Formats: sequence, structure tokens, C-alpha cells
Amino acid sequence: MGSPLQTKRRRKPRVIPGFGLTLGYSLAYLSILVLLPLATLFWQSSKLGWSQFWFVISDPEVVSAMKLSFTASFVAALVNVVFGLLVAWVLARYKFPGKRFLDGIVDLPFALPTSVAGIALAAVYGANGFLGGWLEAHGIKVVYTAVGVTLALVFIGLPFVVRTVQPVMEELEQETEEAAASLGAGRWQTFYRVILPTIAPALLTGFALAFARGVGEYGSVVFISGNLPMKTEIAPVAIMSKLEQFNNPGATAIALVMLTFSFGLLITVHFLQWWSGKRVRQLRSTP
Amino acid sequence: MSRVPARRKLATEDPIFAKVLLTVAAVIFLGLFLVAPLVAVFQGALANGVTAYLHAIRQPEAIQAIELTLTAAAFAVPLNLIFGLASSWAITKFEFPGKSILIALIELPVAVSPVISGLIFVLMFGTRGVLGPWLVAHNLKVIFAVPGIIMATTFVTFPFIAREVMPTMQSQGTEEEQAALSLGANGWQVFWKVTLPNVRWALIYGVILCNARAMGEFGAVSVVSAHIRGRTNTLPLYVELLYNDYDFVGAFAAASLLTFLALVTLVAKSVAAWWTERSVALY
Repeated sequence: MGSPLQTKRRRKPRVIPGFGLTLGYSLAYLSILVLLPLATLFWQSSKLGWSQFWFVISDPEVVSAMKLSFTASFVAALVNVVFGLLVAWVLARYKFPGKRFLDGIVDLPFALPTSVAGIALAAVYGANGFLGGWLEAHGIKVVYTAVGVTLALVFIGLPFVVRTVQPVMEELEQETEEAAASLGAGRWQTFYRVILPTIAPALLTGFALAFARGVGEYGSVVFISGNLPMKTEIAPVAIMSKLEQFNNPGATAIALVMLTFSFGLLITVHFLQWWSGKRVRQLRSTP
Repeated sequence: MSRVPARRKLATEDPIFAKVLLTVAAVIFLGLFLVAPLVAVFQGALANGVTAYLHAIRQPEAIQAIELTLTAAAFAVPLNLIFGLASSWAITKFEFPGKSILIALIELPVAVSPVISGLIFVLMFGTRGVLGPWLVAHNLKVIFAVPGIIMATTFVTFPFIAREVMPTMQSQGTEEEQAALSLGANGWQVFWKVTLPNVRWALIYGVILCNARAMGEFGAVSVVSAHIRGRTNTLPLYVELLYNDYDFVGAFAAASLLTFLALVTLVAKSVAAWWTERSVALY
């Protein structure tokens, strides 16, 4: 029964096998592990009803936690744009001893488990810590304050900016800068007229990624922040405390707000990447 | 890529004082923000000497935490490895509608807060969850038990291998596979002998990253674990437990093991990057 079909198929151009198997497996695995659990969250929150949802979300403690998470992540992402650009610039352009080590260490916040980062940051910035003691002597208290939350988020967000900007910086055409210089532009002018506009999409992408990561971050923050309600409690901790009170609907409502925000940012990042890709293509196609 | 080093100062080169200033600023920033915490871990671990350190990491609870951490990674990494290869094969070797949506969906878990990654499994498998009553009726426990930890770990590490393998497989094209097929190889032979060797470095790198995150995940696992000493604690949770008990040497000692893993990951990453550059340069 199979043989006439097989001879017929052999005459056709060879196609790579395994499409049905691999796509089917991928979709099944994705659905069971990721889509179904995420859908459960949306389904459960739809059962909440508007008034109950609003009751949870407008609670002063929850509002304060979300405010802190968004503000601290935003500020930390801004700090990372400045210092991430500096680090990416130095790593992409200069040669100096120990560069390989620094380039490797940039990924430390990715590789270090967040609870380890959390206790290490608390140790460094604590009153007895190497930096905390100095800062406290100058009137800046870090541990159990919003400053501490922001510092932890700077730590966790740094690689996002460096690793999105660095490749673009390495790809920058020397010719454009040479052209700018030959037209009489100084280094500084070349930087903000030529280089900065080219790396702007990458910087924005890095900012958005660091911002999104910061809003959801838990482990590296909780030790340095002390989780004081209305003061240093971040949104993920608010979810945690609702869960500890077996208040699943409450946890779901906060999670819904945060998820909507992160998915919005994710879509923005995709758009930015498409835009920066387009920009690079445009730059390359112009003679 | 590499230019012939020129003696004269190029117009596109920064003035020397700017170079020195920027480099020093970057080194100080990285030193304060990244190296200082790293040093603090080992300093904390060895605060009471080597004996106290060795004693801390030999505690039965520490051993149990290490075992559970290894167990979670032993499930998460192979599961995501198979998925990474299957999804990369489907996405890079074929054209089909909705491909870009599928790629975006694979990235989803990265955008989800660790705490929410744990929460979704509580909403599904917790006693008040969707499948809760059924699980209770059958005397099965997922949340506050090992299966929940494995699921949450697999969820958060979900895209790590796929996102490394996919670009490499894409850049390899399909010519070599077509050639192998025309020479009479079957699908599995093509996969094992052509595709897999071509993407091996990306695959190894993906596995390293996936493993590091699997062993280090804290937030998601914290939600689904019951935090029972010597039962459902992974190493990152054990670090938290000791720290909150003011056993700082113990906490930093356990943390030093995870830091060591992170450092090995970073070195392996650098080596893998170096090798890929080399293999590209050899072509």
C-alpha cells in the first residue's frame, strides 16, 4: 500500500522531515507548561469582578508597593542607561589590562542567584558594610530604604543595557565617524550627533528590558529593603504576603496589573528591536 | 574585522585623557557594583575561618538543599533541551504562518516576574487551585512539594536553550541537511550527524545558562515551596532561611557554593564565546 506513494514522493524535491513532530511537540510543551498556567491567571482574575479587583488594587499598601516598584525600577533603569552606556563604550572601544575580566563580570547579575545577590548587597550596603558604612557616615542610609531598593535594581539591570548596546557599538561603521570628523565635527559633536542617534534604539531597548526586570525583581531586593509595608515593600512582596494570607484573589489581582505592564513592555521591546534593525539596515543600504 | 593597527592618531579616536577618564570611571563603577558584592560573599563565608565554613556546608540540611537543587535542574535542563532543539528545528527549517508569534510566546516566561511564575502554579495546583480538589482526592501534592519546585524551575528556564540554539541554526541554513538527505540519510541521521554538530556550541552555552538559572532560581521556587528545613528547600531558599535566622556564616557559606557555580558559568560562557568566534573565523 505504501510503495506506490513512496516512489511518487521520491520524485518530488527532497524536503526536510520532522516538521509535524517538532512543531507539534513544541506547541504541546509550550501550551502545557507556559500558556495554560498563564491563562489560568487571566481566567481566575476574570472571575474576580471589577469591584473586588478594584478593592485589592486601591488598597493603600498595594498602591504604595506598586508605586515603589515602578519608581525604583524606572530610576534604576535610567542610572543603568548612563553607566551601561559608559561600560559598553569602554568595553567596545578601548584596550586595557583586565578588560576580559570586566567583560565577563558584566554578566554576573544574570548568573548569580538572586538570593545570593540579595544577601551580598545587604552586606555591602549594610551599616557595617564596605560601602554602607561610608554612605551612612555621609548621611545616606541604604538598607531598609527606597535607595537600597533602587541600588539592588541597578545591580540586576546593568547587563541588560550593556549587552544590548555593546554589539551595536561594535558594529558601528568607522566610516560614518570619519566622515563626521572630516566635516569638522569634534569628538563630542560626533558622539551626540552621529553615535548617539545610532545607538538610541539599543539604549531604549536596554532601558525597557532593565525596567521590566526591575519591576518583577524579588530576590535581590527583599534582603536590602526589609519589606516594611507602606515604606519599602515592593509589588512582588505584596503578592507574596497576599499568598501567605491564603488570599489568592488578592495575589491574582496584583499579578494581573504587573503582567499587563510587563507584556506591554515586551511588545514595546519587540517594536524597538524591529525599529533598530530597520535603522541598521537603512544605514547599511545607504552608500 | 581586525584592522591593521595604525601608528598615527585617528580622527575617530578619543583624546587620551577621555580614554583614561572613561575607563577609570567604568572600572570603579563595575568594581563597586559587581565586584564588591562578589567579595562580600566570600568574606562572609570565611568570616569565622575555614573550619566554620566547611562545617556549614556539610550540614545535613545543606546537603539536602544541594540534592533538591540538583534534582530540579536534572528535570528542567533536559526538558528544555528537548524543547529547545525541537522548536528550533521547526522554526528555522520550515516556513509556516504564525512563526513570529510562536517565537514571541517562547520568550514569554522571561517577562514574567519570578513571584508570578510561582503564583500561576499555585493557582493551578494549589489546594484552592483549579486542579486542587482533584489532586487532594487522589492524594497528590504538587504545591509545597518537589513537583511544584520542578515545574516552577522548568517554567522560568523555559526559553534559555531555544533562544541560544535558534539563531545559530538559522544562520546554518538548510543546504547541508538537503545534501545529506539527497545522499540517502534519514531525518534522524541528518539531525545527529549534521545539524547537532553545527549548533553544538550554542547548545552547550544554552545548557550552561539554563542550568545556572535552574539551580539559582529563588522567587518562583520560594512561592511553591513550603520552606521545610531538610525537606523542600533548594540551595537559594536555604540561603534565605539561614540569613533570616541570623546564621550569616552559614548563609554566606551556602551562597558561596552558588557563587562558585555562577563564576563557572561566566567562565564557560566566555570560553564558549571564544570558541564560536574561533570556529566562525576558521570557516
